Amino acid sequence: MIGFVTSYIPLLLKGLAVLGFIALSAMFLIWLERKISAKIQNRLGPMMTGPHGAFQSVADTVKLLLKENIMPTGADTTIWWLAPFFVTVPAVVAFLCMPFGSHFIVHDLNVGILFICSITSISVIGVFMAGWGSNNKYSLLGGMRSAAQIVSYEVPLLLSVLVVIMESGTLSMQGIVRAQELGWFFLKPNVFIAFVIYLISATAETNRVPFDIPEAESELVAGYHTEYSGMKFAMFFVAEYTNLFIVSAVAATLFLGGWLGPFRPSMFWFLLKAYTIIAFLMWIRWTLPRVRMDQMMGFAWKFLVPVSLVNVLVTGWLLVVKG
Amino acid sequence: MDYEELIINMGPQHPSTHGVLYLELKLDGEIVVDCRPNIGYLHRSIEKIAENRTFVQFMPFTDRLDYLASMNNNLGFCLTMEKLLQIEAPARAQYLRVIMAELNRVASHLFAVSTFAQDLGAYATPLFYALRDREKIVQIFDQICGQRLTYNYMRIGGVSADIPVGVDQLIRDFIIYERQMMAEYDDLLTNNVIFRARSKMIGVLSKESAIDHGVTGPNLRASGFKWDLRKDEPYLMYDQFDFNVPVGKNGDSWDRYNVRMLEIMESLKIIEQALNGLPEGDPVAKINKAYRPTGEIYVRTENPRGELGFYVVGDGNPFPYRLKIRAPSFSNLSVLTSLIRGLNISDAVCVLGSLDVVMGEIDR
Repeated sequence: MIGFVTSYIPLLLKGLAVLGFIALSAMFLIWLERKISAKIQNRLGPMMTGPHGAFQSVADTVKLLLKENIMPTGADTTIWWLAPFFVTVPAVVAFLCMPFGSHFIVHDLNVGILFICSITSISVIGVFMAGWGSNNKYSLLGGMRSAAQIVSYEVPLLLSVLVVIMESGTLSMQGIVRAQELGWFFLKPNVFIAFVIYLISATAETNRVPFDIPEAESELVAGYHTEYSGMKFAMFFVAEYTNLFIVSAVAATLFLGGWLGPFRPSMFWFLLKAYTIIAFLMWIRWTLPRVRMDQMMGFAWKFLVPVSLVNVLVTGWLLVVKG
Repeated sequence: MDYEELIINMGPQHPSTHGVLYLELKLDGEIVVDCRPNIGYLHRSIEKIAENRTFVQFMPFTDRLDYLASMNNNLGFCLTMEKLLQIEAPARAQYLRVIMAELNRVASHLFAVSTFAQDLGAYATPLFYALRDREKIVQIFDQICGQRLTYNYMRIGGVSADIPVGVDQLIRDFIIYERQMMAEYDDLLTNNVIFRARSKMIGVLSKESAIDHGVTGPNLRASGFKWDLRKDEPYLMYDQFDFNVPVGKNGDSWDRYNVRMLEIMESLKIIEQALNGLPEGDPVAKINKAYRPTGEIYVRTENPRGELGFYVVGDGNPFPYRLKIRAPSFSNLSVLTSLIRGLNISDAVCVLGSLDVVMGEIDR
C-alpha cells in the first residue's frame, strides 16, 4: 500500500510543478502583453500594483476569484459548465512532454510531438461547447467561427511539423532537440518555410490577431466567452495564454533548437526562445488589423496547405537525394 | 432544408456601433439579410430646447450635436444667425474661424479613420496614435477657449476671444508634426495589405445612390462626386485659400477612408495659409447682442461629416420660433442598410465604421 502511494508522489509533484508553472506563466504573459501593448501604443500600462504593475495579474486573479458566477438563463447547464475545463485541461496535459531542459521533462513520450498536437486540438470542442451552451448568438457565431478556423489551420500546422519530423526522424521531443545539435532546423531553407507556416497557423490556432476572428471584439463582442464571468472566464483566459506558450514553446523546440544553447542551464535557453517568439506574436497582435472569415479560410486552404504540401515533398526529395 | 434567420440586436451597447446606435440585424449564417438602424437613444430634444433659449444661449447646445466637431457646429450656427441678422464678422474673426474649423476637421477625421481601423480589428493601436495627435489639437483649443471637447468658442458676429500669444506658433508646430505623423498612419494602415484587403470594394456606394440618399461630405466625395461647400458655395474666406477637394473612385470603404486621410492634408494646408494671412483687428463685431430677428433662413456649411444645415425661424422674439438642424450623419446612416445587405457581418461593421456616423447629431 505504502509503496503504491509513494510511487505516485513524484508524479504528483511533477503535476503540481506544471500547474504552478502554468499559473505563473499565464500571469506573467498577461502582464507582458499589457506592457508590450502599452509600449506600442504610447501608454504606460499597469503601473499602480507593485513595481511597474508587476502584481497586476495577481490582483486581477483575486478579483476574478471573488466574482459572482453568472449563468445566462436558457444556457445548456452541463455543456456550459464543462466548456472551460475542455479548454483548460488539454492545455495543461500538453505540458506532459514539453522539454524544458536536457533532463527537465515530465515524461519523454516517444510520440511526444504527436501527443501535443492531438491533445491541444481537443480544446476546439470546449470552445464550441462554450459557444453553444451560452445561449447567446454572439457566442454561437464565435464558436462556429472558431471550429472552422482551428480545423482549417490544423492542416498546415501539422504539415509544417511533419517537415521537422522528417528531418529529425523521431517524434520524441527530446529526440527532435538532440537532432538539432549540429544546427538549428530553421537554418535550413525548407524548414524555414515550415517555420513561417507554423507561426502563421499557430497565430490562428491561438485566436490571435490577425486571426482573432472567433473573438472579434468589434463584431462579436467577445465571441464564445461573452457570457462567462469570474473564474470560468479566468480559465478561458489562462487557457488562451497557456496555449500561446505551448505553440511558442513547440516552435522553439522544433525549429530553434529547444533547450540547446552555449551554456547551462538548458532551461534558460528554452524559456528565452519561447518568450522571444511570444513577444513577436504580441508585436503582431498589436499592429495588424483582422482578416475576414472567408479571406482567412481561403488563405489556409488555397495558399498555406499547397505550400506546405509542396514543402513536405521537397523535404522528402532532399532527404532521399542526400541519402 | 429548413432554416431560420438569426436576428441579432447589435447595440445600443456594442463595441463598434459608435455610441448608442442600435442595429437590428437579420442574419443568414453570417450574411446580413436585412438591417434596421434604430436611433433615438441619445435624443436630448435640442431643437425644442432651442425654442426656449435666446440665440446666444443656444450656442453651447450646438457643441453637443456632433461632439467630435464642436467648432464646426458653432460655425454653422453663427453663420446662420449672421445671415439672418445681416451682421458681418470682422476679418480677423473670419480667419480665426477658418483655423479653428479646419483644426477641428483634422481632429475629427483622425478620430474617424482610427475608429474605422479599430472596427477592422486593429486593436486600439491606431486609435491611440490618433488620440495622441488629437490631444495636441485639443490642447490648442484648451488654450484658446478653456475647453477640450465642447468649445462654445464662436459668437454671433465673431469669436469669443482672440488667440493667446504663442498659440499660433503651437499651431504651426502642430502642422509640421502632423505632416510627419501622416506617414506613420500610411505605414500602419494605408499600405497595410490586410487593411486594404478588408476595405477595398466593400460597401460600394454609387454616385447616384449617394445623391438619392442625401449623403454628403467625405462619403459623397468618396463616391466620385466632387461637392464641397467650401469650394462650391464658399463661405468665410474659403474662396481665398488654395486647396484641393479629394475625390474617390469606387465609393467603397477604402475610398471613404482615403478621402479623409487626404482631407487632413488639405486642411493642414488651409490652416497654414490662414495663419499666414491672419489680419489684425477685433475678434468680434461691436453689435447690440439683444437679437430679435424676424424671418426665416437656411444656411449650410461643410462639417467633417457632411453638410450641416441650420434652419431658423425668428418671429421678433429673443428666441427662435423654430430651429431645425439638418444633421449630415443622419442622411449618411440612411444608406447603411442598402450597403450592407448581402455582406458578411465583419464587412457590415467595416461599412458602418467607414460611414463615420456620430450619434450626437443623428439623435440631436
